[in-house]
Amino acid sequence: MTALGGLLRKEWFHIRRDRRTATVLIALPVVQVLLFGYAIRTDVDNVRLAVVDPAPDAQTISLRNRFAAADVFRTVAVVPRITDLDPLFESGAAQQAIVFYPGFSRDLGRGEPAKLLIITDATEPNTGSLLQSYAQAVVNQWVGGASRAGGAGGGVRIVPQVRMRFNPTRESKNLFVPGLMAFVLTIISSMMTAISLTREKETGTMEALLVSPLRPWQIIVGKVTPYLAIGFVSVVLVIVEALLVFHVPLRGSVPLLLVEGALYILVSLSLGILISARTSSQRVAMMFALLGTMLPNILLSGFIFPLESMPSALQAISYVVPGRWFVTIARGIMLKGIGFEYVWRETLFLAAMAAVLLAASVRSFNERLE
Amino acid sequence: MSDLAIQVKDLTRRFGDFIAVDRISFEVKEGEVFGFLGANGAGKTTAIRMLIGLLQPTGGSARVAGYDVATQAEQVKRSIGYMSQRFSLYEDLTPRENIRLYGGIYGLTREQIRTRTAQMLDRLGISSVADTAVRSLPLGWRQKLAFSVALVHQPRIVFLDEPTSGVDPITRRQFWELIYDAAANGTTVLVTTHYMDEAEYCDRISIMVAGRIAAMGAPMQLKRDSQVASIDELFVQLARPDGPTRPTRPSSPSGEGSR
Amino acid sequence: MRRILYLAQAEVLHILRDHILLAQVLVVPVVQLLVLTNAATFEIRNTPIHIVDLDRSPASRGVVNRLAANGHFDIVDTTPSVDVGDDHLLRGTATMIVVIPRHFEESIVRTGVGQVQLSVNAEKGSAAGIVQSYATQVLTDYAASLRPVDNESRIADAGSRPRIEVQARSRYNPTQNYKHYMVPGILVALMTIIGTLLSAQNIAREKELGTLEQLNVTPITRGQFIIAKLLPFWVLGLIELSLGLLVGKLVFGIPMVGNLALLYCVAAVYLAVAAGIGLWISAIVDTQQQAMFVTFFIVNIYLLMSGLFTPIDSMAPWVQKVTMINPVRHFVTISRAILMKGAGPAEIAQPFLILLGTAAVVLVVAVGQYRKRAA
Repeated sequence: MTALGGLLRKEWFHIRRDRRTATVLIALPVVQVLLFGYAIRTDVDNVRLAVVDPAPDAQTISLRNRFAAADVFRTVAVVPRITDLDPLFESGAAQQAIVFYPGFSRDLGRGEPAKLLIITDATEPNTGSLLQSYAQAVVNQWVGGASRAGGAGGGVRIVPQVRMRFNPTRESKNLFVPGLMAFVLTIISSMMTAISLTREKETGTMEALLVSPLRPWQIIVGKVTPYLAIGFVSVVLVIVEALLVFHVPLRGSVPLLLVEGALYILVSLSLGILISARTSSQRVAMMFALLGTMLPNILLSGFIFPLESMPSALQAISYVVPGRWFVTIARGIMLKGIGFEYVWRETLFLAAMAAVLLAASVRSFNERLE
Repeated sequence: MSDLAIQVKDLTRRFGDFIAVDRISFEVKEGEVFGFLGANGAGKTTAIRMLIGLLQPTGGSARVAGYDVATQAEQVKRSIGYMSQRFSLYEDLTPRENIRLYGGIYGLTREQIRTRTAQMLDRLGISSVADTAVRSLPLGWRQKLAFSVALVHQPRIVFLDEPTSGVDPITRRQFWELIYDAAANGTTVLVTTHYMDEAEYCDRISIMVAGRIAAMGAPMQLKRDSQVASIDELFVQLARPDGPTRPTRPSSPSGEGSR
Repeated sequence: MRRILYLAQAEVLHILRDHILLAQVLVVPVVQLLVLTNAATFEIRNTPIHIVDLDRSPASRGVVNRLAANGHFDIVDTTPSVDVGDDHLLRGTATMIVVIPRHFEESIVRTGVGQVQLSVNAEKGSAAGIVQSYATQVLTDYAASLRPVDNESRIADAGSRPRIEVQARSRYNPTQNYKHYMVPGILVALMTIIGTLLSAQNIAREKELGTLEQLNVTPITRGQFIIAKLLPFWVLGLIELSLGLLVGKLVFGIPMVGNLALLYCVAAVYLAVAAGIGLWISAIVDTQQQAMFVTFFIVNIYLLMSGLFTPIDSMAPWVQKVTMINPVRHFVTISRAILMKGAGPAEIAQPFLILLGTAAVVLVVAVGQYRKRAA
């Protein structure tokens, strides 16, 4: 086993000597989580509201103030005519507008329905729905009554009591940060692959390794292990960041999460090893394929866009995207606090992927020896 | 008294603490074939790159075609041609297209390009493959084509960096015939090589060892002065002045140098 | 000068003969457009729900039927056990549990008010809110259809409160189609990849092969060299845009409310930025492979911070400021504004000017740091 030990020591020296690269590898995911954790959100807040109030008076001002007082809204413009809204919406200066119809206060005083128009920018459909319901809620509060669907009073009411499970504040960061972890870990794994490959290419050591007494599986273990160690440090740092900076809950088992993280890094590195096991020309083709599909990979991991919303063909493809499994596992452990009995299937998938990729690498190495 | 094509005085280049070229001085006359010899890593390529305006000198001075390389690099480039070790032709273009590209860049008119293309293809005997991608041509033909392209604008001086590396002996000799042709037309040729036997083909040579010029002069003269039978032997002497002599190999005109 | 034409001519020949490149430009983006547009959606459909009906009355069955008939929901289980429902939530096999308690109908008959419990998996953030509002809508509609019993007392109440009749109108995206929202942004992503990646790769390859050195020895100026090199990819980017718009129109039926000529103008400026960044990347790498990696790395960051996938308005305020220097962000905003809202030059003036400024800076820096001679 001393041959393998020697190889491990050599790889370790590489890393220790190249301080700059090691620092980048460790700092990078931390920085990325920081940046993207604040950037990738879908919460709706600070809505830019425009007001069309042709004849302001006590009533209209009162309702306008109600909107202003609501944290969610921010009045950015008050204009006299509806047509003034066009440039505001088109430039994005306003996301929503409330329009008082002439005679608003008069109708109110007479007990007749006073007309209010709420215009919402619905280019993004979900935001549109949310904005509409927020605005409606403010109006209802002002009216002082429970929500009715604008129809006649009385009749039956069914009142939903809502419990938001696992994420009571419904903050989107709790949804995205676990997925973000998977994403940044993927990135550094591919970086580590690239670094290891470049080093090798420059010195031509792959051939030297192959003709040495080292067996292919030993070469693989030797190459993967040090990077696995660095990757694991990243896993820990990224989880710590999620907890301390973003206050994402961690309701489940920490050791389980760490193990799953390590497994995920192993899968990503295995893919890298497989690429480096191939000969030069195949390698370029594989890298090309890998990078070319990076964007779809991001999307098909369920990191940002929910897999349930995708057409079944894409959902099927996502089965082979390793990130997808880790995202499910991380969210489950952190937000739902579930244990191994709930994630064994996903874990199995990841382990199987690692096994397949590593086996393929061994075979590639054997082929090159012949 | 012929003009000096190249004048180099105390030219130096450092990379941090490492001195790659250490105060070299030499002159090349118009129409000379000057051999710039030395082992790999001796500093030949670095020196040449300074002369052709690819690398800034850190000390000393040099004039090429009458222009100062430090301050007038762009004028220098107008008067010179260059062929690198890797030939640097576009492999997916045809010989004709390569010639047209460089001819155009050097400002030749369409008429001139047409004429010279025809001449070149004819001289090299590659008219039949003028429209095949360079990629499919044998190495020897590519080498000769690269040389011709370097001369497409009929420069005063042409710099060749290891032009015969990896090429078979017969092709090498044919290549030197091309060099002689160019010199006969008045073009000055500065060629670097690590094949010591090619020294015999040059009018004058210099041998670089560890960044310095250890010997310079006409090959005949040098051999006489040092009492050696071949430049190869001279080089060994210079390279290891105190060390044991290398195990002798029969020296032949086409002896393979160490790489 | 003529030099530019000669070099550009050679570039065009390279491109036409490089089959991989042509695939990268013509085929890969179309495939990506098709895949990404279908993947990038927050649409809520077929949400799996579990209904726990503990009342088993006509009223409760009415609720169940309404939910079953609604296209947003997909009933996966009706086992009358809250624990089973909880399990579904934990496993992720259901997103919402609807619990209709015992005496639901009785309560409605007696008091006119019935309660239904909704447990929503709020992992999904704001999507949970939307699921809730859909469910609430169903319940409200159902309630309105029930014949009110003994409601005279309630009508009297109604008169004393001020009532507002709210009309809601949505602007843009009338069909609420997520694809229409994503396509303009994805087009930007594709153009960025083409513009930046291909120019970076191209120059990196010349470096690798040594032909760059050969060009540096010629009298060609760096301005001429850069224009000749980047021009073909600039054109390719615009071709890309056209191809993308065509696919978007034919396959997804995206709206094109605004002026396409304006879009192309902005695209022209944007591609200059992208190419400039590609040029800068090629200066710091040595091989094509490295160029690929660095480009993808940088482009990924740009894309995630551009409002393409998640809205800029949702980002933390300090991050929003940071994105102001992200050219992708501005082009995404502009392309959505033009295509979906019909915005004109005045409305996109601000982001456009920023793009112009960025183009100037990027090109000056990239050209400035390109040296024919190493120091």
